[in-house]
Amino acid sequence: MVENAIVDSDKNASTNRGPKMISENTNVFYGDKQALFDINLEIGQNEVTALIGPSGCGKSTFLRCLNRMNDVIDICRVTGKITLDGDDIYDPALDVVQLRARVGMVFQKPNPFPKSVYDNIAYGPRIHGVGNTKAELDEIVQSSLERASLWNEVKDRLDEPGTGLSGGQQQRLCIARAIAVNPEVILMDEPCSALDPIATAKIEELIDELRMNFTIVIVTHSMQQAARVSQRTAFFHLGELVEVGDTAEIFTNPKDDRTQGYITGRFG
Amino acid sequence: MTDMTTPKAERAATIRRPDLSAARINRRYGAEKRFRAYGLLAIGAAIAMLAILLFSIVSKGYSAFVQTYVQLEVTLTEAEIDPDRTGDPEVIRNANWRKITFESLRAEFPDVKSRSETRQLFGMISGNAPIAVRDYVLDNPDAIGTTASIWVKVSDDIDTFNKGFIDRNLEEDDRRVKDNEIVWFDTLDGQGRVEAKFNTTLFTSGDSREPEQAGVLGAVVGSLLTLIITLVLSFPIGVMAAVYLEEFAPKNRLTDLIEVNINNLAAVPSIVFGLLGLAVFLNFFGLPRSAPVVGGMVLALMTLPTIIIASRAALKAVPPSIREAALGLGASRLQAVTHHVLPLAMPGMLTGTIIGMAQALGETAPLLMIGMVAFIVDIPSGFTDPATVLPVQIFLWADAPQRAFVERTSAAIMVLLTFLVCMNLLAVLLRKRFERRW
Amino acid sequence: MATEHIVKAYSDELNALEALIARMGGYVESIVQESMSAVSRRDTALAGQAIEADHRIDAIEHEVNEAVIRMLALRQPMALDLRAIIAALKISGDLERIGDYAANVAKRTLVLNEAPPIPSAAAIPRLGRLVSANLKEVLDAYAEKDADKAVDVWHRDEEIDAIYTSLFRELLTYMMEDPRNITACTHLLFMAKNIERMGDHATNIAEVVYYMVHGKSLENDRPKQDTTSGLVAESPAESPAESPTESGSVEPYNSGPDDSGPTPTS
Repeated sequence: MVENAIVDSDKNASTNRGPKMISENTNVFYGDKQALFDINLEIGQNEVTALIGPSGCGKSTFLRCLNRMNDVIDICRVTGKITLDGDDIYDPALDVVQLRARVGMVFQKPNPFPKSVYDNIAYGPRIHGVGNTKAELDEIVQSSLERASLWNEVKDRLDEPGTGLSGGQQQRLCIARAIAVNPEVILMDEPCSALDPIATAKIEELIDELRMNFTIVIVTHSMQQAARVSQRTAFFHLGELVEVGDTAEIFTNPKDDRTQGYITGRFG
Repeated sequence: MTDMTTPKAERAATIRRPDLSAARINRRYGAEKRFRAYGLLAIGAAIAMLAILLFSIVSKGYSAFVQTYVQLEVTLTEAEIDPDRTGDPEVIRNANWRKITFESLRAEFPDVKSRSETRQLFGMISGNAPIAVRDYVLDNPDAIGTTASIWVKVSDDIDTFNKGFIDRNLEEDDRRVKDNEIVWFDTLDGQGRVEAKFNTTLFTSGDSREPEQAGVLGAVVGSLLTLIITLVLSFPIGVMAAVYLEEFAPKNRLTDLIEVNINNLAAVPSIVFGLLGLAVFLNFFGLPRSAPVVGGMVLALMTLPTIIIASRAALKAVPPSIREAALGLGASRLQAVTHHVLPLAMPGMLTGTIIGMAQALGETAPLLMIGMVAFIVDIPSGFTDPATVLPVQIFLWADAPQRAFVERTSAAIMVLLTFLVCMNLLAVLLRKRFERRW
Repeated sequence: MATEHIVKAYSDELNALEALIARMGGYVESIVQESMSAVSRRDTALAGQAIEADHRIDAIEHEVNEAVIRMLALRQPMALDLRAIIAALKISGDLERIGDYAANVAKRTLVLNEAPPIPSAAAIPRLGRLVSANLKEVLDAYAEKDADKAVDVWHRDEEIDAIYTSLFRELLTYMMEDPRNITACTHLLFMAKNIERMGDHATNIAEVVYYMVHGKSLENDRPKQDTTSGLVAESPAESPAESPTESGSVEPYNSGPDDSGPTPTS
């Protein structure tokens, strides 16, 4: 009863703001093989949407559709429609570079550039022509690192290589790097899979804070993590979107047997 | 529960424990030891071969760095050099230096009368001796009218004899230095007028028919010019091709075909590139023969596949996560490549390039086809001057009949090896300079 | 539990938990029956047996708590497993309460047996039969994961409440007629109240079973037929029904009309 009440208010909140991204009948093919089947999903503004599912279910593929990272793969073909604030992101007139400036991405393995911490953060603003003066860039670097809760740890070693940080710090550096461009949506592809529980907790706390200003889509293998950080959860299985709903609902009372089986650890 | 455990228990009964007997362990360690021993043996053999090679080259070639000189007391009479006392260098240059030099030599041995003996005596000193005397006088005009003692080179045979490569106990007919030459030489030697000095000529002059006049500078400069052309052509083209194929080209049959053909090209015998150069660059485009520019172009063709393959390998070694990171931030493909991938791949590309350059440096066959095998005395001063390169020089000298060229061949090989070592050192330094962790 | 868990030990633990609840349910059913029989037959020995049996139920509840805490900590249950485990925890609590009430009824029987029989005492076993029927059915519903059956039980609680209300009036009348009946009638009143509470706990179990199966709560508030909280005796001077005092009770006894719970044996 209480849960229902919370769920309802959340639903209302998200519908009030309207979905940030909408996927309509998205199909993805790798060569002849179809990887995703008719995905219909709405991603709510300022919400954390978690994509869960067994390996190879297409959740990462779907995530990569949202900022067209799949374009890099030659044999990958996407049909259907994905919109960002109503604009079709697969519209040939839309520039993919601009799209990725609006939809940032954080990857599974922390992948800082082999450059200094400062240059890692400043890279995005530089290529997008933001922060033309040193002072402006300094400000962007500091605020991005602060928002990623990393400033206090690295403020004395901005000139040291980003690859010299610990795994958790590297991942927060990557998040800070993504934030520095000020995207509207941040996609995270299993951002904690290479991290220890403490570093994971820090990132989860960070995700929760970032939700105020960004729309976040996170792919995760850890159901606990999905339960902890997300407001909505989508379950993918064999390239299909089986079920999507409020996280509390999905983890206490999933509608579909496959979801049930997956989250309770009974997968056949 | 019982249903579950019973079969497990049965299975456990059939499990075979690992054979941990001492004999078996010893066999395993024995095999490992033997394998290591074979490895050490292989490395030892390789090192031994290299040592033998280096030893034979150095032992043959070290003597070429020394040249025997003889001190001549030359009477510089004014009447013969500058009768009108003009002091004009042009007049001095045109004096009969040959006569002056030979007269002073003959003065040392008044016994020598017969024509053939005289010729023998004159043959003992280098044909370049009169020029050495002239240059001395040009440098010291005040010496005119006095008797100056000037060091001149001995001829190649006497030099060889002095270095002990000609056995004086042989029958006279079997040796190139005759009895009376030995007597004269010993006389001069006895007066302390024979000396072995460092052979600067080897490094400061071009090729010559006379071994004591021959040097490798022409070939070194030729090699350098050729390599510059090769580098300038093959590095940018190779890197561009590699970057395009690896980062931009769609993966389809055409690119597969190109890839296979590049790999095949790397295996094509180098002489074929020489033929191509002859047919296309010389005959079709009419470029100059024996020129470093053509040699460089031919060698560039030959090194391109090496550079492309090495560069592609270097690009492949850059983790895709770096590319994704850049693309994910909204960098264009070109930006991702130029800002991140290329700098990371650069050490590998440079190494590949240097290896290709080293290959090109040692290449002879294709250059034979485009005329770089010619006998060229002048040191090339430009990319279109006729030139030869070090390996070709070695080839020419190895073919030359004079005994003195044997040591010079080895000396030239040493110069070539030094050149190579320097290039490899450069490669290591560049690698260290550009290398980055990720 | 359609399919097995990938981790078999997890399934085993869940099954064990279910079996524990079933065992506990069995004990509770029998203790309820024993105490009812003790009332109807004025059987002191049987009453003693029932009081004794309550300890076993408490022990099983403790066992269930341990198992649930262990599974929550180690297995991080989700969805239907989570619901099953939480259901087990709540059901065990309800069953324990039912057991306590039954023991309390048995204890009052001991006192009641000292006094002459009162005719309306016969209504107590009738109420008891209804409650144990409900209890049996709700335990079946739990074992079969049958939400419909649980809903049936849930609705049938109205009947119990109705009987309880009429019994309440009856006993009030007795007490007004003859003050000597007050001691016995007060005990009977508390017994009736206890039995009615058992019925409420059975209803709770029905709600838990429904939640366990469907993942959501029964929406509407159950129509309460227990209207005794509004009842007054004809003569207000005689005995107020609201907030019963402990005056007539043999043993210390803390209870309210909504959540009455006698302290364990004294």
